[in-house]
Order: sequence, then structure tokens, then C-alpha cells
Amino acid sequence: MTATAPTRRLIVGPFNRVEGDLEVQLELEDGRVRAAFVNAPLFRGFERILEGRDPRDALTVAPRICGICSVSQSHAAAGALAAAQGIEPPANGRLATNLILATENLGDHLLHFHAFFMPDFARDAYAARPWFGAVRERFKATQGSSLRRAVEARTALYHMLGLMAGKWPHTLTIQPGGVARPLDARDRVRLQAQLRSFRRFLETHLFGTALETVAALTGADDLDRWRTEGPAGDFRLFLALAADLDLAGLGRAHGRFLSHGAYPDGAGGHLYRRGVVVGGTPHPFDPAEVAEDHTNSRMTGRDRPHPPFAGSTIPDEADTDGYSWCKAPRLSGLPAETGAIARQLADGHPLVRDLVARDGGSVFSRVVARLLELARTVPAMEGWLQALDPAAPWCATAPLPASAQSIGLTEAARGALGHWLRIEQGRIAGYQIIAPTTWNFSPRDAAGVQGPLEKALEGVPVGDEGGASLAVQHVVRSFDPCMVCTVH
Amino acid sequence: MTSMLWIQSGGCGGCTMSLLNAESPGLLPMLEEAGIDLLWHPSLSEETGAEATAILEAVCAGTRPLDILCVEGSLLRGPGGSGRFHVLAGTGRATIHWVRDLAAAARHVVAVGTCAAYGGITAAGPNVTDACGLQYDGRRRGGLLGEGFAARGGLPVVNVAGCPTHPNWVTETLMLLAGGALGATDLDPFQRPRFYADHLVHHGCTRNEYYEYKASAEKPSDLGCMMEHMGCLGTQAHADCNTRLWNGEGSCTRGGYACINCTAPSFEEPGHPFQETPKFAGIPLGLPTDMPKAWFVALASLSKAATPERVRRNAAADRIVVPPTIRNTGKS
Ligand code: SF4
Ligand code: SF4
Repeated sequence: MTATAPTRRLIVGPFNRVEGDLEVQLELEDGRVRAAFVNAPLFRGFERILEGRDPRDALTVAPRICGICSVSQSHAAAGALAAAQGIEPPANGRLATNLILATENLGDHLLHFHAFFMPDFARDAYAARPWFGAVRERFKATQGSSLRRAVEARTALYHMLGLMAGKWPHTLTIQPGGVARPLDARDRVRLQAQLRSFRRFLETHLFGTALETVAALTGADDLDRWRTEGPAGDFRLFLALAADLDLAGLGRAHGRFLSHGAYPDGAGGHLYRRGVVVGGTPHPFDPAEVAEDHTNSRMTGRDRPHPPFAGSTIPDEADTDGYSWCKAPRLSGLPAETGAIARQLADGHPLVRDLVARDGGSVFSRVVARLLELARTVPAMEGWLQALDPAAPWCATAPLPASAQSIGLTEAARGALGHWLRIEQGRIAGYQIIAPTTWNFSPRDAAGVQGPLEKALEGVPVGDEGGASLAVQHVVRSFDPCMVCTVH
Repeated sequence: MTSMLWIQSGGCGGCTMSLLNAESPGLLPMLEEAGIDLLWHPSLSEETGAEATAILEAVCAGTRPLDILCVEGSLLRGPGGSGRFHVLAGTGRATIHWVRDLAAAARHVVAVGTCAAYGGITAAGPNVTDACGLQYDGRRRGGLLGEGFAARGGLPVVNVAGCPTHPNWVTETLMLLAGGALGATDLDPFQRPRFYADHLVHHGCTRNEYYEYKASAEKPSDLGCMMEHMGCLGTQAHADCNTRLWNGEGSCTRGGYACINCTAPSFEEPGHPFQETPKFAGIPLGLPTDMPKAWFVALASLSKAATPERVRRNAAADRIVVPPTIRNTGKS
């Protein structure tokens, strides 16, 4: 290769083991990614489907945007309607909603780690690595022993959703005023037993120790010790391969993180705090700072940024410049990364703060944040179950106003989700949705600033593998993308 | 071995996510035990990018025989018939073209979910993407593959409709196909497997006593029947949700909300808000399946008058406020 190696362009896709379809165009130079262009190739038009309908229909339609974060879509819709109606769920409604959402989010984390992310390390390209035998036995796609056990554990965990939410995905239990399914004392002991089984699965197979021990980790040094002398389990195996492959040095994005705050506490706050973190410093989040840019998306309205209440979703069929159906959401004009890493950063967890302070958001810290959240959220759910009061009400009701403008914010497993609702003459006049992967996998904006994945892929070494590079796969999957939410 | 290929287009992926909750046995062991060789599935397989495309190409070229093609998600014909609202990543080719070619090569074609069967939620409202199902466009036959389509094995598209599908509707359909045990007469007029579509959601609903007395829920979390006010279509919906149950012990009605008849073509446009029952002169417009209207009206007013106090009070409460009387049914 000469010093003036030509740039190679190639198209990578379909990316599998992500939710939905994804294509990435890479420009390679000297064995590294010089530039990446992320394309969400599927457009369905949910925002248009919602327009003109009875506002309550959002509870039925919006969850169907996504089969993996269906509950979070439902929660955002219920939140937007509740704000329009000016109601708050009673404590039971809030706690049950938190439990339903947390169950989905933990199931997603579990599936992502075992079935989407780890199988790439069981590929033959890694056959010479010291950890390969164990990883292949446990995580080979569709076959690995840990992978299969995790699918079973998720199925068992989701029995909690059968009980609390009727079914998953696409429940209608979550309503603006609370939940439609009251729970009695027998339901609670059943749910407690199911959650205990899930805790046992995590403690036995994933971590090899108590969840509280994982939640108490404070920094990268703790993880180093865990890697060398920690309890046997898939977490330790992951730490070993991550150190060997330097996953902490892979996939750094802009270093701006956004969390809407997860699991309302009834006092205006959240279990995991809301906020924006830039350069390690927390800032408050102001939804008025959010706008979408259409410059590189195949949408009309390229001339201006679109604050969501004035947003539009009109595909430009004649377009030849846009390279994605995804719009580019920006916070104060700049991109932001979202996900478990942002939630734990905004919440100030010392482990994630330390990892990000050292290496920024990386393949490693994104995955660690997800596993940490499994360990932190189960005990919180145990507390919510305990706090349910079978003698108290579950759902409040209130009429819908003929006109309103409101926002529903929540957190899906993969990050910040917002619904911006406008009601006029009793119907939906505007419904704009910004999903986690809309943030993470956005195309470039008018200023040419890359979306977080585009940035994270720059500089990734691909060697001679080109489009078959596993490093590219690791970076993409480290965001736990949900492409069906991205464009919706 | 029976080979199977899975492809997704204009849907939410929820049918796959639901399928992963299959039980006794789970999905992956079930495939093995039924002798089903999964050539590729977008959420589960190892192969990515060019490796995955190579599998699709080999199937289209006939060099890899395909027994079962599963399609999940609506087929997007827009804009202007080009299919470019979903170009399959890495291929530069609209997914509808891939699906046509793959369907021509497959022995059986299965539409997994209401989107792939009839168009589903993606076809709602203005249907910007011109979404349709494999062999239906809403209630009209046709769709992407056309009215006359039959797969190489002789069956039309098998519509495992549901939004999402119950995981075991899918696994049982696959096992029946793999065992050569699903024939044309095993499908109902909308080409759904009769083993679940010849039941009604109303069968086994825990709210049946409320239904009998027209003791109705008035708001979410009430225990009463949801037909009169809350939009429940369980008496008309073809599915076994309340006898088979979901995710352990769940179903829509047990979760406190209306059945919206998600296994039916055009469920996405009921013509009224989903959670509200349309009425004419106080009588719900959608009557129970196979029930003459005059009888419904007569029985409803009679049973309303005869509603026991217990049933009436519990119907509008979020817990049992009046328990059933204990009757001695023994001899002494
Ligand atoms: S709630 Fe629906 S399914 Fe249940 S009894 Fe009433 S009409 Fe039937
Ligand atoms: S109860 Fe009705 S809406 Fe619910 S899954 Fe069954 S058919 Fe679909």
C-alpha cells in the first residue's frame, strides 16, 4: 500500500442481529474507516398514520412501531396523552407501569448481549484467541449454551408481562391514567417469584455473584480485578475478550449523552435521573432544545430545522441527495448519544462515569452500562413490587381536551424516546416521534456533523477485511440499534 | 431436513420478538426437533452482509432448495410501484422484488403476522407506502403475489395472522408444514390456520359472566365485559387467545383491555376509536358472530334486567367487591 492509498467505498448490509434493517456505507483508507454514512432503509410513515385519528388511538398504533421496544412506545404515548389530559396515574398505576417497562427493558438488555452482540465473538475469525473456545460454546449464533439459556430466561421473565400487561409485545394495559390491569396480593407473590427466578439466573450464569456486588462497582480498576480474579460467569468472559481486543478503544462517538430519565418516582424525578452529559459535566435537559434536521434524509423540508411540534414527515420521492429515511435530531444543534450508557452517566453511576472519563463512550462502556443496569434495575423492581398497594386504585380517568400540545418522554432499553403530540378539534393534528436510534444512527446534519454511529465508526481498523470487518460489527451492535423505531 | 428462510420488511419485528417466547419447547430446540434448518433469520443468524445476501441469491437461483419462506412485515409497493420505501440493505434492490423471487422458489410461503398477511398497521391511514400483504390487500385478495399465487407445494400463502402472532401459532404451523400435515382445507377463508382461527377470543374469556348479563366495564381497570363500552371485539375475533393464553397466563382481555381483532384483515381501520364501542341507538354495532340481531337485543335487555347485584357491582370495580355466595352442592 502506498502513502496515497486510494479511498475505497463499500456498502455493508444487511446488518443482522439488529432490530430491523440497516445499511452502512464506508469509505476506507489505509485499512481504516475514513467516513461512514448510515442508512436506515425502511420507511413506514407512522407519524402520518397517527394524524387525523382519535388521540387515544395512539395507545394502539404507536406500540406497533416497534416489536422490541413496544412498551416504551406505549409509555411515551400514554405520557403525552396524560399531559394533554392533565392527569397523573395513582401510585399503583405508576409502579405497575414502571414494572412493565423495566421488564421489557431488562429482557431487551439480556437478548442484546446474548443473542445480538456476543455471537460476533464466536465467529471463526477469532479462532486463535485464548477465550474463543468458551465463547463459541456459549455464544455461537442460535446454538450457544448461554444464548439459549438467556432466551429461556427472557421467556420466563416475560411471564411477568403476561400477568401485568396481558401480552407482549403490543399491550394496551398502560393508559394515561395508570394501568388497566389491577394486581392483587396473589399476583404480587407470583410476580415476586418470577422476578426472583430472573435474579437467580443473572446471579448464577451472567455475573456469578450477587447483583448488589455488580451495582457497587466503582471503576475500571474494579473491572480489571474482576477479569483476573472475579467469579466465573459470562460477565468475566466478556471482560477477558474486551481487554484482549481493546473494546474500550473502539467506537468512540461525540461524547454528548442524553437521558430522558427512566422510571418516574412520583415526586417529579426518576430512578435514573434525566439529563444531558457533555465532557463529563451534567446539564439539565430542555426538550425545547430538540429539533430535527432533514438535510440528508429523504424528506422534504431541508431548508430549516424542525422543532418536533412543527415537525413534518413527507418523504421526498424524487430525492437523490438524502442517504437515509432517518431524520437527524439535534440537541442545541448538536448530536447526542443515548442508551444505558447515557442513563447511567446522567444518573452519575461511578463505574460508567469512570469508564467514560477514561475512554469516552466505547463498545466496552456501552455494553458494561447495559449489564450494570440489569444488576441495578432488578432490586428497584423488587422495591416497586413491595410498594404496590392492592387496596388502592390503579387507573384515573379524565376527558380529552379538544386541543392540546404535549410531550411524552421515556427511556427504551436503547435510550431516549419522545412523542410530541398536537391535538386540534379532538383529533391528532401532529405526532412526531424521536426514538433512541433516531438519535444514535442519525445521518449528517446541515453543518455536516455526523450522527453518533457515523462518528463512532471513523478510524475503526478494518485491515484487509473491508466490509467483513468484525470491528465494524461490534461498533454497530454496541448501540443496540432498533431500526424500526429509527424511522418509524 | 426442512429448510427455512426468514425475511422482514415493513413491520415492527414484533412477530419475531414474540416468537422467541415460544414455549414447550422453545423456538431453537423446536426447530431442531422438527428437523427445520434455518438458512437465515435477520435477528438470529451469524451471517451478515454479503454472506447473508449470498444465501438469498442461492435460494433464488435454485442452488439452495427452500421448503419454507417466512415473511414478516408488510410489503411496501411505494413510491410509485418501485418498492423503494424498503430497499433491502446491501443489495440496492427493493425488498418486494426479493420476496417475489424467493416466493417463487419456496415450497411453502408463510405470512407471519397481520402485516405480511393483509398489510396490517402499516397500511393504516393514508397508507403512504402503499403497503399490502403477500396475497391480500386488506380484505381483498391480490396483494404482492396476486390472487392466483400458489407456492410450489400447492398451498396459497399461509396467513399466520396476528399483531403480533402468538409464538406457538407460528411454531405449530411450521411443525405442521414440516410434517406435511397442513392442507388447503386446514386454512380458513382468510387463509389462516384453522387450528387457532376457528376459535373466538370470547371463548374462555374470564369476563364471560359479565358478558352474559351485559354487566359492563366503564373505564380501564374495571372488571366487567368490555363489549358494550370499551371496544372489545372478542365475540367476533377469530383466535384462541383466551384458551391458549399469552406469556404464561395473559391475554388482551385478561390484561384489562379490548380485543381489537388483530388477526383480521383491516383491523387497523375499525372505523371508530379502538377503545370505544360504536353504537346505534344504544346497541353496539358489531354483534357477536353468528348471533341474530333481534335475539341479541332481546337477550341483552332480558339479561340486563336479571343482572345479579354481585355481577353488576363488580363489573364497574377494579377488584371483586361482592364475592359469589357459597352454595352447598353436596348432599347434606
Ligand atoms: S370482554 Fe370481550 S372477549 Fe371478554 S366476554 Fe366481553 S366481549 Fe367477550
Ligand atoms: S385477544 Fe384479540 S387483539 Fe388480542 S391478540 Fe388475540 S385476537 Fe389479537
